[in-house]
Amino acid sequence: MPNEPLIRWNWVAGHLDEIGGALGQHVYLTSIAIALGLAISLGLALVAHRYRRTEAPITWVAGVIYTIPSLALFVVLIPVTGLSTTTSEVGLVGYTLLILIRNILAGLDGVPADVLEAADAMGLTRPQRLLRVELPMALPVVMAGVRIATVTTIGLVTVTALIGQGGLGQLMLAGFINLFPTEIYVGAILSVVLAVAADAALLLLQRALTPWTRASATRP
Amino acid sequence: MQVVAWLADPAHWQGTDGIPVRILEHVEASGLSVLAAAVIALPIGLAVGHSGRGAFVIGSLANLGRALPSFALLLMLIPVAVNLRLDFSTWPILGAMVLLAIPPMITNAHAGLRGVDRDLVEAARGMGMSGPQVLLRLELPLALPVILTGVRLAAVQVVATYTLGAVAGGGGLGRYIYDGFARQDTPRMLAGAGLVALLAIATDVVFELVARITAPHGLAAGERSGGMEPTGVAISGPGV
Repeated sequence: MPNEPLIRWNWVAGHLDEIGGALGQHVYLTSIAIALGLAISLGLALVAHRYRRTEAPITWVAGVIYTIPSLALFVVLIPVTGLSTTTSEVGLVGYTLLILIRNILAGLDGVPADVLEAADAMGLTRPQRLLRVELPMALPVVMAGVRIATVTTIGLVTVTALIGQGGLGQLMLAGFINLFPTEIYVGAILSVVLAVAADAALLLLQRALTPWTRASATRP
Repeated sequence: MQVVAWLADPAHWQGTDGIPVRILEHVEASGLSVLAAAVIALPIGLAVGHSGRGAFVIGSLANLGRALPSFALLLMLIPVAVNLRLDFSTWPILGAMVLLAIPPMITNAHAGLRGVDRDLVEAARGMGMSGPQVLLRLELPLALPVILTGVRLAAVQVVATYTLGAVAGGGGLGRYIYDGFARQDTPRMLAGAGLVALLAIATDVVFELVARITAPHGLAAGERSGGMEPTGVAISGPGV
């Protein structure tokens, strides 16, 4: 491998299908993890918000999962679910929980008390108040959490290459095994580009979903 | 149960592939990396936090640190090490650990200093303290809990990252996971996973205790433990 260039562009041109496939799998694995993670976190955060006593244990467990090194968490599931997408997803979802639960709770806690009172005075029931007032108002902070979770997950997906998944990580690992830097660099650069693009796309989505945050920001 | 049997086997506690040696390797490489990163990151974070300039660069750096996965960084450094004729089982992983430990430490040092009440800084200036005096005697002690949170996040991340060094032929507890996986020796793999998870959690707990002991007495109880966490700003990536 010495004196091998870091990227051989003619290899890239000849393997666009393979690169595109890896990128597609990367997006697929990330999307499932974020969707499931968001659903589970929303449920747990609502429980913690309603029953404050459960907040500490819920965030503690999520924090412990978050601390476990990813390779360790991924391989622990191999005896149960084998070298499957499920194994990767359980680990990936596990890592999103702390970030998402924390941000959903911070968003819900940030809703001013007088707004809640006004909602109650208008005769909204608890579920109505949650859906129409609290969750929309929490959205910017929740979306900030989704962005962090997404960028983090895109990075973690690369590690799942070691258990036979991995998207772009698969490409990078092949580059290491074949002592071919081009595959490593194409995989790594695309993974960073994907993270930055996903972050920007989610920011735009957040702005589109919460037009009032911009309106109030431009007011003198 | 097989995992317990594996851990209880005295043969696994001896020699160069024994558990004590692997733990020592892991702690040594992680400790050195955190130290090297701190030497680079803390002065930068303190300078930016004290002067209030360059905050944008800090923010971008933190985001880049999150977007660039340690596994990618490790693999990217391998061809570089090979070209430089360096041992690729040692240097790339150390490089990856140092580079990834820098952003959380800079971010938190900066955030810690920015979080110091401006009135206090004004008062210190009014008392005739110079810039360096304000930094050393006022800002640094008050920002210490947040700065230490940054070091803690970095340390936990580094301990996790070193696990991946085994992929490139490095030592540490990752060896058990990687070798166990390669040889289809499930007890070895699971024991390694358990040990490395415990080491990461222990690192977290140790830094938490250090933070509690060193917190300035003048801070209210709520301000003493960590500060940055609820906003999510200081969360760096999980281990790897």
